[in-house]
Amino acid sequence: MSTTTPATPPSLPPAGRTATKDRPHGGVGDRFRLWWDALARPTQWLVGVPFLLFMAAVPLLNIPVLTTQGTDFGGVMAQFGMIALIAIGLNVVVGQAGLLDLGYVGFYAIGAYTVAILTSPDSPWNQTGDGMWLSREWAWLAALPVAVAITAISGLILGSPTLRLRGDYLAIVTLGFGEIVRLLADNLDELTGGGQGLRGVAYPRAGVTEDLPSGVFSAGNASGAVNSGVWWYWVSLVFIVVTLLFVGNLERSRVGRAWVAIREDEDAAEIMGVPTFRFKLWAFIIGASIGGAAGALYAGQVQFVIPTNFNIINSVLFLCAVVLGGQGNKLGVILGAFIVVYVPNFFLGRQTLFGIPIDGDEIASYKYLFFGIALVVLMIFRPQGIIPARQKLLTYGRELYVAARRSAARAAGRAPGRTEAAATTSGKESS
Amino acid sequence: MPLLELVDTTIAYGRIEAVHGISITVDEGELVTLIGANGAGKTTTMRAISGIRPVSKGAILFDGVDITRMKAHLRVLEGIVQAPEGRGIFPGMTVMENLEMGAYARKFASKAEHRETVDRVFDLFPRLAERRTQTGGTMSGGEQQMLAIGRALMARPRLLLLDEPSMGLAPMVIQQIFRIIAEINAQGTTVLLVEQNAQQALSRSDRAYVLETGEIVRTGGGRELLADASIKEAYLGVA
Repeated sequence: MSTTTPATPPSLPPAGRTATKDRPHGGVGDRFRLWWDALARPTQWLVGVPFLLFMAAVPLLNIPVLTTQGTDFGGVMAQFGMIALIAIGLNVVVGQAGLLDLGYVGFYAIGAYTVAILTSPDSPWNQTGDGMWLSREWAWLAALPVAVAITAISGLILGSPTLRLRGDYLAIVTLGFGEIVRLLADNLDELTGGGQGLRGVAYPRAGVTEDLPSGVFSAGNASGAVNSGVWWYWVSLVFIVVTLLFVGNLERSRVGRAWVAIREDEDAAEIMGVPTFRFKLWAFIIGASIGGAAGALYAGQVQFVIPTNFNIINSVLFLCAVVLGGQGNKLGVILGAFIVVYVPNFFLGRQTLFGIPIDGDEIASYKYLFFGIALVVLMIFRPQGIIPARQKLLTYGRELYVAARRSAARAAGRAPGRTEAAATTSGKESS
Repeated sequence: MPLLELVDTTIAYGRIEAVHGISITVDEGELVTLIGANGAGKTTTMRAISGIRPVSKGAILFDGVDITRMKAHLRVLEGIVQAPEGRGIFPGMTVMENLEMGAYARKFASKAEHRETVDRVFDLFPRLAERRTQTGGTMSGGEQQMLAIGRALMARPRLLLLDEPSMGLAPMVIQQIFRIIAEINAQGTTVLLVEQNAQQALSRSDRAYVLETGEIVRTGGGRELLADASIKEAYLGVA
């Protein structure tokens, strides 16, 4: 909570006013957010932990409608975990601080290449193997903090000159940055292997058995319910939880308040005494290091990095996850990441949908077209995203939501022209 | 020693000078107005004082200290707080959250001090107290202006900079806002006001400067300028 306390308890707003005026569009996402934000912290944990366990178990439960047909479901979930982590990181930059970063894939690439350069036998700076610093078993884990640190530094290097720019100019410069990183990876042949990429990137050697001589994280663990994809998905869930706790605490602190103020009006924030440049730089550095961690995960999982995996279209896809889900809302952007990763894979290899014959592969290959259409539709009907953000900023925090919810319920109960039955249902929903 | 002193200050946008070497002083406790037509350089001057716009020549002194190169957010700590033009509130934040942002840089010694500050703002603007949980962007223009001034007061300014508080408001609301500004000044806060509404501003000011195309062309007491024939003609539409 904030350091200051409210002078008086929040007075209940007149029935309906806050609820209707604050929310230009109603809907499931809003109702979910209102419900979640009004929960007490312990209750949030009580709901969150079982949900998290459920999410972790999803690849094992083999739910018929959910499981993908044309591609390994564990692998899809692993990809989802990685994109979700990226979306959380990008959300700090775009959603929280309001800085449009179109080159986020650059940080992802730097994270992946750092791990690859340190641990791939193809790399001249390989630190694994006989007489080297790192053992093959632990090399990935050792390279992870290095990757995070290097991406943080690259965020600082990119941010210090460019964060003096605003809006469109910043977007263009970051777009350039993403391309520069990819082109460097493509052209520094001696270090990065150029277009050939780097093979044999280290991964954690855990769970070694006779059947799995290289451990559960190895790409060799491809069959069965608990394949390497599932293991990597679990690792990324751990990353996501840790990152969510870290970012969530930042959001509720003075730093988070400063970010929101900068997003809303940078000049006004500055003349309220917010050191805007410093906080923008922090947003950039924190966002970059999360992207770097995701890159390290990626490099370990596929054990192979090549420049084409870090195309600019990925930046757009990451941004798409953030915008779809709801900029500024951590849970929203995770949902956005799920949609972006899962939906194309859902169609892959599917021949019928609700009994109607479809060409799933064809639909999946048009994914960028469909995401484009989805974004346009979203911008017209729901620009705030599926689960929009409403910053709980300062003194009142949760109390404000409780008040808003109560008044929304009351407004629903009182609304003229409704039948009694309708009023009772909406009353129940929000109680 | 004046509280604020602009010494031969020039402010430029690129190679175009918007303000050519103006000198202004504001003494502790005064209410000083800067009037002028559109494009005269009023807002530019305000932005230079609050630190968002760099000064290309000359100096700005606050309480005798040279703050010409000081960063905007540090000037807030010194006591220079601006309610920006076009209100500049945070539209997505509630009234209360906006006010708390106003006190962002300020350290409160006690909860009681915080409560006093909030109460003072709510005394001046009872309307804000009624609307404390409403988001800023959904309020009327007059309410937003009140919020912008209230937010600036949360930082306990020594010098309050008000940039066109009457802009786009109905005459009744303008009167109300100016009454409150005079009250804030009477309670001991030094105020530098930028205005186009010369009638209201001059009648309440201790002193005033008339800015024309980046230069100060007249200065004098508020009432004295109000009675001046050329001012009447230029700013009050009276021939």
